[in-house]
Amino acid sequence: MTFDSWLLALHLLSAAALVGAVTVFWVMILALRNASTPSQVLAFRPLMRVGGVVVIIGSLGTIVFGLWLAITLDAYHPWDGWVIAAIVLWAIGSETGRRSDPEYAKAFAKAKELEAAGETDANAELRALCRPRRGMLLHATASLAIFLVLVDMIWKPGA
Amino acid sequence: MLALIRPDSWNFPLFLHVFGAFLLVGTVTAGVVAELASARSVDGGRLRQVAFRSFLFGALPAYVVMRIGAEWMHSKEFGSSGTDPTWVGIGYGIADFGGIALLVALILSGFAARRSKPGLGRAAGILAAITLAAWLVAIWAMGAKPT
Repeated sequence: MTFDSWLLALHLLSAAALVGAVTVFWVMILALRNASTPSQVLAFRPLMRVGGVVVIIGSLGTIVFGLWLAITLDAYHPWDGWVIAAIVLWAIGSETGRRSDPEYAKAFAKAKELEAAGETDANAELRALCRPRRGMLLHATASLAIFLVLVDMIWKPGA
Repeated sequence: MLALIRPDSWNFPLFLHVFGAFLLVGTVTAGVVAELASARSVDGGRLRQVAFRSFLFGALPAYVVMRIGAEWMHSKEFGSSGTDPTWVGIGYGIADFGGIALLVALILSGFAARRSKPGLGRAAGILAAITLAAWLVAIWAMGAKPT
């Protein structure tokens, strides 16, 4: 096995982590839509935590190993149009994904606050926080951007 | 940079294969986390439901898409040539084991969710976690192509 094949394998694993984390967040977002009590909301905190760690590994891994490959492989260059498009889409996906995170963190913070106050019943404010329109829009934008990166990586327009 | 230069007609099957595999990783990860967290949660039943749905409506269709893409890609890349490279053998072996393990995890998860059995949920989570680790090895093999 060559060094380049190791780089490609690590790039692929990072991409799997990135798309996987985006999917984990979708599962959490859809599950949260039916939650209205503090215990129901807090039950989904492990998904948020794991997704948060995996998305960082995936985001950094894809860009680092991807650029490294573009530099080491003779066939491709970092200034190729499809590579630049991927970097721009990756940046859009990373930033919109990062901005969606605090929108959902509000629901977890509120649930924790209610739990500390001894509240166990359904709460209208908490229910509303579990369905943030802005958070959903930002995550959908991030998902679309990452999806387009994958399409760009496979078809490599202009390569 | 998922692969080097290849014929354009290979792109769509490869896309199906890769996208299915990545969705499979995500939905199984969500299922594993939900199953394993359910044992320590006050609302464990809800987490077991989420895990079951993630396996049923996410992982199972993603597995089918991944396998269709794999077969399609294999027919284009290797045609009817008799012997496959080692990395293709690794991929097929893990995919077959993973498919069976996913089905067993799905069934255990379904019983765990329906009959509120945390032990079955944990078993489904552990089995799915082992399967997930094997799939990550398969993804490594698809990239590194060990001979």
